[in-house]
Amino acid sequence: MKYQTQKLAYPYFAAALILFLVQVLAGVLAGSIYVFPNFLSDTVPFHIIRMIHTNALLVWLLLGYFGASYFLIPEESEREIHSPTLAWLQLGIFVFAALAAVVSYLFGVHEGREFLEQPFWVKILMVISLLLFIYNVTMTVLKGRKTVVTIVLLMGLWGAVLFFMFAFYNPDNLALDKLYWWWVVHVWVEGVWELIMAAMLAFLLIKMTGVDREIVEKWLYVIVGFSLFSGLLGTGHHYYWIGTPEYWHWIGAVFSVLEVVPFFAMVVWAFYLVYRSGRDHPNKAAMLWSLGCPIMAFFGAGVLGLMHSFPSINYYTHGTQLTAAHGHLAFYGAYVMLNLAFFTYALPALRGLQPFNQILNMWSFWLMTGSMVFMTISLAFAGVIQTHLQRVLAMGFMEIQSQVDLFYWFRLGSGVFFLLGALLFIYATLGPVREQVAVQSGAK
Amino acid sequence: MAERLTKSAARNIFYGGSIFFLVVFTLLTIHSHYYIKNVSTDESTLTEAVARGKHVWERHSCINCHTLLGEGAYFAPELGNVWVRYGGRDNAEGARMGLKAWMRAQPTGVEGRRQMPQFNLTEQELDDLIDFLEWTSRIDTLGWPPNDAG
Repeated sequence: MKYQTQKLAYPYFAAALILFLVQVLAGVLAGSIYVFPNFLSDTVPFHIIRMIHTNALLVWLLLGYFGASYFLIPEESEREIHSPTLAWLQLGIFVFAALAAVVSYLFGVHEGREFLEQPFWVKILMVISLLLFIYNVTMTVLKGRKTVVTIVLLMGLWGAVLFFMFAFYNPDNLALDKLYWWWVVHVWVEGVWELIMAAMLAFLLIKMTGVDREIVEKWLYVIVGFSLFSGLLGTGHHYYWIGTPEYWHWIGAVFSVLEVVPFFAMVVWAFYLVYRSGRDHPNKAAMLWSLGCPIMAFFGAGVLGLMHSFPSINYYTHGTQLTAAHGHLAFYGAYVMLNLAFFTYALPALRGLQPFNQILNMWSFWLMTGSMVFMTISLAFAGVIQTHLQRVLAMGFMEIQSQVDLFYWFRLGSGVFFLLGALLFIYATLGPVREQVAVQSGAK
Repeated sequence: MAERLTKSAARNIFYGGSIFFLVVFTLLTIHSHYYIKNVSTDESTLTEAVARGKHVWERHSCINCHTLLGEGAYFAPELGNVWVRYGGRDNAEGARMGLKAWMRAQPTGVEGRRQMPQFNLTEQELDDLIDFLEWTSRIDTLGWPPNDAG
């Protein structure tokens, strides 16, 4: 680690991992309510737990991006972060806002649009924190060496801030509300966040494979180009049944197909670079996560998303457990694995150690990835059955739910294994360092 | 390959293409905005009560169990067409009474059945919420959902 201010990433990653644990715990609770419907129904009803599950996810992913930015920008820009004080202030505000949101949810204080439930003053605190962050990193990049990685990362981060502003527009007309709600939700996860993802992945690949920066960066442009070309109009696949015009049907279908391209390109890109380098990086766990991330993103976000994005299919599958199946693997593959890859790569340097607890870390990879795949398949089965019974045979919702109970048990089981995997990851990265496993010679 | 596509060409395609698609997306969204206001929803019946009902819906975060036009959580039934499911098109008064009675009766406490909390809505809030759901059921969703089950 060449720059002192890179250390700012450490508290961000620690905070992110704590909220990751909150998210997974809430997920296990929500999964438990699916099979024990009376559990917690009087004290903390399902809607509160789900709010914590989804919000904690978004917040810890953002904390991960912030930390990763503070880690990689000094190295890319070849200078220290503009203001470490602001970075600490930003962290304090953000973590306070996140915890305040969780507490207020537990007391039933929240707004009511999905994922944007944060009370107004929490949203304001989040914006202040985002602005402090964006100012700090932009100043650093502007004063230092400009690389494609930092430029793409900054565009993603700026985009995330700008599009979040639509969270403050909530018209009384429900169809209009939904039209603009997607400008935050879709444009974040299928647009600007992909820029952040590609930039962070590019940094990891440059560092770990040692392949010429020129080649990595050229393809970075190609990939993020495809992300935005396809992602912006890809919003169309959310505009099928909410009162929007019918032309979105073919726009949504065409651009949903194209949305798979950047994810597939990231798989090819990552594997090609690793193959080409022929280098054996000592942080094998970070390499595993970095290669696993694009693969799972391709299947979860790309393939599973595409499968129900055609209007003729979506007419039947819209708003069923299939959406939940896709959502889980997409977020895990694209953004959770990305952050865990980055943490695994950066934490040895941040803690002043050689790569450590590699075997434990890789166990957590297989535990979490395996159980998330299992959960996705369980929910997909539930979703297909629900689609047929409800949308084709017009059977009542509650009656169907009892028929797919078995799959909810599977989901809870995989959720428990996922929790074990998450705990193992946190122990492996933040916990005590076990005896060093001798690194094979030649791995430098 | 490396010779055909240079880095600066890739960069220019990225910037040019992104701006192009952002402009197209913005224009289509503006068109959709007017389409919603004038064609697919009935703004003339978007009364104060409907707007208040939307806030009741939001204040209790109904979206985190139910779906509304297919969006939300998938834990409880779709409510975009609940008005139709309760027969509101034929018997508005009956549907209103039925929905109120249902919400007042929660939670059922039945073992092994998903529980809806008791939100203690006032008579006014119940009416507003039902007005909102009735208004929502009249949004032109191009024939979705496929049937009354939602």
